[in-house]
Amino acid sequence: MLNRALAPEFGQIENIKLIEANPFVLDNGLKTFIINGGEQDLIRIEFVFSNINWDAGSPLQSFATNTLLNDGTSEFSAAQIADRIDFYGAFLQTEYNYDQASVTLYTLNKHLSVTLPIVKAIITDSIFPQVEIDTFILNQKQKLSVNLEKNDFIGRKVFNETLFGNTLYGYDISAKDYDQLNREQLTQYYKSAYQPANCTIILSGKVSDKALNEINSHFGKDWKSADSFKENNFDFTGKPGAEIYIEKPDALQSAIRIGQLAINRNHTDFPGFQVLNTILGGYFGSRLMANIREDKGYTYGIGSAVVSLKNAGYFFIASEVGADVTASAMEEIRKEINILQNNLVSDEELSLVRNYMLGSMLGSLENALSHADKFKNIYFSNLGYDYYDRYIQVVRNITAKDVLELANKYLNWDDFQKVVVGKK
Amino acid sequence: MVSFERFVLPNGLKVLVHEDPTTPMAVVNVLYDVGARDEDPDKTGFAHLFEHLMFGGSVNIPSYDEPLQRVGGENNAFTSNDITNYYITLPSVNLETAFWLESDRMLSLAFSEKSLEVQRSVVCEEFKQRYLNQPYGDVWLKLRPMAYKTHPYQWATIGKVLQHIEEATIEDVKDFFKKHYNPANAILVVGGSVKTEQVKLLAEKWFGSIPGYSKVKRNLPAEPQQTEERRETVHANVPLNALYTVFHMPSRNDEGYYSSDLISDILSRGNSSRLFRNLLKDQKLFSEINAYLTGSLDAGLFVLEGKPLPGISMEVAEAAIWTELEKLKTEYVNPEELTKVKNKIESTMVFSEMNLLDKAMNLAFFELLGDANLLNTETTNYLEVTAEQIRNQAQNIFRKENSSTLYYLAN
Repeated sequence: MLNRALAPEFGQIENIKLIEANPFVLDNGLKTFIINGGEQDLIRIEFVFSNINWDAGSPLQSFATNTLLNDGTSEFSAAQIADRIDFYGAFLQTEYNYDQASVTLYTLNKHLSVTLPIVKAIITDSIFPQVEIDTFILNQKQKLSVNLEKNDFIGRKVFNETLFGNTLYGYDISAKDYDQLNREQLTQYYKSAYQPANCTIILSGKVSDKALNEINSHFGKDWKSADSFKENNFDFTGKPGAEIYIEKPDALQSAIRIGQLAINRNHTDFPGFQVLNTILGGYFGSRLMANIREDKGYTYGIGSAVVSLKNAGYFFIASEVGADVTASAMEEIRKEINILQNNLVSDEELSLVRNYMLGSMLGSLENALSHADKFKNIYFSNLGYDYYDRYIQVVRNITAKDVLELANKYLNWDDFQKVVVGKK
Repeated sequence: MVSFERFVLPNGLKVLVHEDPTTPMAVVNVLYDVGARDEDPDKTGFAHLFEHLMFGGSVNIPSYDEPLQRVGGENNAFTSNDITNYYITLPSVNLETAFWLESDRMLSLAFSEKSLEVQRSVVCEEFKQRYLNQPYGDVWLKLRPMAYKTHPYQWATIGKVLQHIEEATIEDVKDFFKKHYNPANAILVVGGSVKTEQVKLLAEKWFGSIPGYSKVKRNLPAEPQQTEERRETVHANVPLNALYTVFHMPSRNDEGYYSSDLISDILSRGNSSRLFRNLLKDQKLFSEINAYLTGSLDAGLFVLEGKPLPGISMEVAEAAIWTELEKLKTEYVNPEELTKVKNKIESTMVFSEMNLLDKAMNLAFFELLGDANLLNTETTNYLEVTAEQIRNQAQNIFRKENSSTLYYLAN
């Protein structure tokens, strides 16, 4: 007779193997990395450019330049670019984050030869037509006005500004910043940022020698670096914790975002901090979810995260909770932090979190594209693959005492910036 | 091409196996053939609330999530108007844990009062977060009852009103479970580094002893043909006006689905699409504009939505959309444009084959449609669509008397 109350035996996760990136240098010195694998005859090509020349007087230059890249070159109009890319079933995306702006092409290998020249034109010969800039400004301002009606958007914006001030990480973008964008500024930024010296190419999927040759002939020959540029370097110092309350009288829910500056991936404590974060709010079974959603029913979801940026690291907890239980939810969050600082996590919970994190790591290595994402995490933090060996070692061996010490070192309720948008 | 094996247990559970030795992971996907369309009109939102309760402990296992996380697994679920789908990813060495957990909650739930009470609150917060406390969040709560007068698609998965969720009782939960959660009403897909023989043994061991009931026969009222244009205007605290027009269209199983889907791609997929190109970029009438399908199993909706720029009247914006629709009704789409949208379908299909969970979910969904192998012939169905079929389909769909239009105006 089957005993359904008894869990089946289970095994430990032993072999987590990463496909390591193969370095390659194009003829002009452009750094290229290849992560080869997979059955499907497709390729992803990422051109990653660091954000540079930060200027609080033109805070949108990097974002706007990146977004407007596919809106016209001296040879192709925005319509022609879109037609060509779409016709071959390819996907061309521009992506922007705090540290980098990128251009990514996803295509079947059979269409690489016809789509690559378009990408080359975009990266080396964009002209930023005024009419496209005008449309961009108009539409972005509309989007911003909608976002400003969302409590969680406001919470994030205010929180980041509190932590990072007038830097690219914290700048509070408003409609007037869009209004002052101009063509000259974009052209200038484009010239500085989109050059081989500020670019890294990452190829993943089925990467043939033929594909590599084509990439070299498009991007490794006549594309040269000319301008000098200044890397973004920001310094942040923690400030006393504060409560920042933005009242929304009609709110049904309050958006909560609280946290503080912390460490980034380069710090030796980072993997341990990730374990601590997972216990607190990093997965469905976390303490915050167990308490505030699954026991109290205050929210649809609550989570925490540690974020690693080039010039900073930070920790935050975020949720949207019923407006009438905002204060109670805050109090429960405070209690959970307090418990982590004063009570050792049980062996049972710690072993569960270990296994969960290792399984999650294994599951995040699904295909060549995800292996490439793992590579980017370390490469852009100036770390090698031994980072992951160490990460796995820490997850396997961290003790309850270590977790408690980390909680006392990095989580301090009084130092938290506590942003609430909605009702108290 | 997604290969699979299929077998059926004596209790009626259909099992599909997709062997993919390239990954160390396994996926276990269980699709239950029940969705919001199967709800009582006075107890809406129940299928989705029930999905939450499926994580509140089963008859022999007090916690669902914890033992799964302990073996390195993760899970989630979603409910639509048509189906409820649960999925697990875990290291394939621990595959049996997934069978243990999934089979016990198919056998019976714990029916805990505490779980019901908490999940009622959680779902109410979800209702607020996604539908009530977001700009334009309630638009589908208004559009569905405009378009559907008879068919249960007239309510959203979350339910008509918070009150329906607040009033759910444990008896409702038990009845719903009894009616819909049994082997004959489920499709189990196991994928990843697994073997069919291994899956057969595990399926028989864990699911074989669950009593089988005959599948509930669904008898939903068909939506009568719409004969008059419907229009409504609402005012809300939003910064921009928005325009929504929905048309009735064929069901997911109908041949006409494919031409309809390609029409939505022609109109709105990618930066070369007609609405984006003509109405947003060239004529500068909208800051955002989209066309898409609900893709439902019974006759669905073709949706057009856009936010006109300041200074553009709703009437001008609406007329511009109709000009684009009229073009589709009168002119053949040119061969190049048709090839373009078909190429995109083809490449999307190849990209989706890189993802194990996508493959497993797709197999389950197409099995529900009638045969999992339809997944592999799906691209061909699109490639065979002609310009004439597209024009005819546009003529069938884009008629005023087949439309419901909502003006969602800023206060």
